[in-house]
Amino acid sequence: MTSYSLEVVDLSKHFKLYKEKHTSIKEKLIRGMRSSYEEFWALRDVNIQVEPGETVGLLGHNGSGKSTLLKCMAGILQPTTGKVCLRGSVAALLELGAGFHPDLSGRDNIYLNASLLGLSKRQIDSKFEEIVEFSELSQFIDNQVKFYSSGMQARLGFAVAVNVDPDILLIDEVLAVGDENFQRKCIDRINQFQKAGKTIVFVTHAADSVRQICDKAFVLDHGKVVAFGAPGEAIRVFREYMMASSGINSPQLGEVLENNLVDQGKETLGTGDISIEEVVIESNGSGHILSGDPMRVRLHYNANRAINDAQFGVSIYSGNELFFSATSQGHGVDVGILDGAGEIVFDFATVPLLDGVYKMTFEVRGVESGSVYAWREQVDHFEVVNPGRDVGVVAFPVAMKVVSVAK
Amino acid sequence: MSAVDDGIKPLGKPVRILTPEVSVISRLQRMWAERELLVFMVSRDLSVKYKGSALGFAWSFLNPALTLAIYDFVFSVALHNPVPDFAIYLMCGLVIWNFFFNSVLTACASVVNNSGLIKKVSFSREILVLSSMGTAAVFFFFQAIILTVVLALFHLVPQTPYVYLVPLALVVLIIFTSTLSIFFSAVNVYFRDTYHILEVLLMAWFWATPTVYTWQVASSGLTHHHLTWIYLADPIAPIILLMQRAFYGNPLAGVARTAGMKVPPPAPHTHYLANFDLSWYLKDFGIVILVSSILFVLSLKLFGKLEGNFAEEL
Repeated sequence: MTSYSLEVVDLSKHFKLYKEKHTSIKEKLIRGMRSSYEEFWALRDVNIQVEPGETVGLLGHNGSGKSTLLKCMAGILQPTTGKVCLRGSVAALLELGAGFHPDLSGRDNIYLNASLLGLSKRQIDSKFEEIVEFSELSQFIDNQVKFYSSGMQARLGFAVAVNVDPDILLIDEVLAVGDENFQRKCIDRINQFQKAGKTIVFVTHAADSVRQICDKAFVLDHGKVVAFGAPGEAIRVFREYMMASSGINSPQLGEVLENNLVDQGKETLGTGDISIEEVVIESNGSGHILSGDPMRVRLHYNANRAINDAQFGVSIYSGNELFFSATSQGHGVDVGILDGAGEIVFDFATVPLLDGVYKMTFEVRGVESGSVYAWREQVDHFEVVNPGRDVGVVAFPVAMKVVSVAK
Repeated sequence: MSAVDDGIKPLGKPVRILTPEVSVISRLQRMWAERELLVFMVSRDLSVKYKGSALGFAWSFLNPALTLAIYDFVFSVALHNPVPDFAIYLMCGLVIWNFFFNSVLTACASVVNNSGLIKKVSFSREILVLSSMGTAAVFFFFQAIILTVVLALFHLVPQTPYVYLVPLALVVLIIFTSTLSIFFSAVNVYFRDTYHILEVLLMAWFWATPTVYTWQVASSGLTHHHLTWIYLADPIAPIILLMQRAFYGNPLAGVARTAGMKVPPPAPHTHYLANFDLSWYLKDFGIVILVSSILFVLSLKLFGKLEGNFAEEL
């Protein structure tokens, strides 16, 4: 623990979940000590190290313990066992406008809020103008906060917190508030923080903001750290857990990809003249494809009779949206006469996609008759993981440089 | 905050270590470090209290003055209370009682009422308790001003040497009040009935102090039932007795109270008051300070133990 800015050591947090809260003496007496509650470990032996100047994301689905962990870091919840070591001043943004008093003016609330975050009156005096300016609320600053919209309150809260200038900033999914303009301002401010060498811990389930902001990320599931590493890698693991718990895509992605390697063949529809036996998706990565990497798809078919007018088609979908579709005829490939078992290879020189899971549909169709010999709809998946910081759908290869104009 | 590794210091930033147990010493240190927050919290409570009222802050004078007028009317005029200058007699006890009552009762609810802060911001939770006491202290101050003004109007002077013990009595009052405040505020989070029980308890307690009636009235009955020691074991009662001894019923020598007439100054009304000497007060205060200090540390310990689950219980 010598040089870390923030270190969590063997932290566990235990909750008692009461079936119904009994907080009056009468109820306590009636229920006795056996008031019905469930033991619940919100965090179990969590270890996290954050270097000074790092921006770290805590990713996890609802109930994974990520917010509890942040509250323990902030000193709001006491750990059951273990400890948290923090170097320097800490400001926590758990909910914007926490501690605002609705009957007080914005001005009074700035003072109160900043002093809750540990500032002295003199420090607040010197930062007051900056805070007001950042919040863009100068004309309302003497109005009572109860007349503020939630967005305005959030702006004021964020303005106070970032201008407190802490060594460690803890943020809990607050960037979702405010208009786009303000959000950009928040991100700019966070970037400034990063440049100033401050440490930031950022809790979210929005993978995109982790990618944009964080240097590394920890993935929490059921109170445990299940993975940590570069944002892209962490996001991939996070997605797996999300899918595993959502129940819609019950098999974990790793298994999905394995399943693809050995196809059961029963998903193939069509006239039955040709069956698609197996689809194999190959790439450099194990289990996933990195953005921009090549991909090779091998389709094994078996023609039950000689067919001379077949063309192969491949389509890529994200959800129900068609991203790409191509046919062998369109590419001028001479399929010839199919008879018996064979293989067609689709070689994608590059996969220009960002994060996501994409499904593929294959078909074998008669060029003249139009009859569908074989059709395999969205059985095969591949997953793309973006190791970089770009956000969106398409991985445009872009290079940036600054050209200064000589005067 | 037990071990601070040696390797940390060179980087120059203070290191905070959050552990399941926090010692009383470090709790007190943190409270001291956050004293400015206490000032903000008190001023928040004060400005919120009179927000939107036309007279605003004037109420903090008006309220005790009017209360006093009502009591004076009821007891002196309606009930023919024989105690002369009853308003002053009452005021001497009431300033003490009001501070105690307001502190303990608002402190008891303070943690529960500020659940929003507790759940979202990290700070010494004791500050909430102390700010309840701070607000009560501000009102104590206003009432003390009223008392001073009234004393001057009635040409009364403090009685030496008892008046010199008043600062000590206030120290006793603060230690005892903060002990109870901290204790009840923490317990109230877990048993919400505490507040309601306390309300009734304090009302009974009020009538167990010689605020409205005189010691002279109480003592005969108490002696008869051998209850005097219990009555005086209450830390508040001796403080009120001392206040009355120090400020009540000592007219300024040589000043005639009836305008234009040369009359000898009236004799002090001390026969209504308890006749304890200085050493009795000193001994009593000494014991209360000692016992309260021990209880204060214990209640801080309890507060610290319960505090860990505040954010979850609220």
